[in-house]
Amino acid sequence: MRPLLLAPALALALGSSPAFAATIEVTIDKLVFSPTNIQAKVGDTIEWTNKDILAHTATVKGGWDVMIPATSKGKVTLKAAGAVEYFCRFHPNMKGHVEVAP
Amino acid sequence: MFMRPTAALAALFFVSTAPLALAAEKPTDPQIAHIAYTAGAIDVEAAKLAIKKSKDKEVVDFAKDMERDHEAVNKQALDLVKKLKVTPEDNDTSKALAKAAKEERAKLAKLKGAAFDKAYIDNEVAYHKQVDSALETLLIPSASNAELKSLLETGLKIFQGHEQHAEHVAGMLK
Ligand SMILES: [Cu+2]
Repeated sequence: MRPLLLAPALALALGSSPAFAATIEVTIDKLVFSPTNIQAKVGDTIEWTNKDILAHTATVKGGWDVMIPATSKGKVTLKAAGAVEYFCRFHPNMKGHVEVAP
Repeated sequence: MFMRPTAALAALFFVSTAPLALAAEKPTDPQIAHIAYTAGAIDVEAAKLAIKKSKDKEVVDFAKDMERDHEAVNKQALDLVKKLKVTPEDNDTSKALAKAAKEERAKLAKLKGAAFDKAYIDNEVAYHKQVDSALETLLIPSASNAELKSLLETGLKIFQGHEQHAEHVAGMLK
């Protein structure tokens, strides 16, 4: 009985496992997130590469808050579906948009 | 009463903008480099004062952000002028900026607690606005070296970002 029950559970776990998750690259250069608009799925990771000599953040009000140090990287794994706007707390004129599909 | 340095700055930039019609009156690259560096250094000085005096975490965090960003940008500016073999040249605009900032710091130094926090942040909003407009209307259009112009354009985005950040902190102090 047990192996039979485990099999579907395992398949389910693998189905949403990182093996199928993508990493989406966003570059920050001269206070601009590019691409500005991205589309992702739950489980995907966004990775920001900061080319500036300034620290930035990728922050969603009431959601994730990623520190991206100067000339460094930061990342977040998307846990919830939906569209979110994010911005930099240090320079709120820096904005990005992510659409997360289930 | 906190409007005085702002008014002085406005007058200053008005004075320096007015003769813009005469191409010969445009600041030169060595002068522009000096003005931009001075503008950043002034904000670092103000930040250091706030880090020392304020007890409000939001205000201290904001001041640390200003110190970090402007120090980083000014370092980049120094590297650029060295590379371009430009020697920043002191001028009346830089002198007037430095004088107004010194007066503002003296005024802030006498304040304490919430009064200090409010005066510092209000001045940060006004000061960043002032520098934004100087960059947009005078410094960027006058810069002749492409790399200097590009650094000033990035500087403008940073100052605009800081202005919004300062407005956010000002909103939280109310
Ligand atoms: Cu930023």
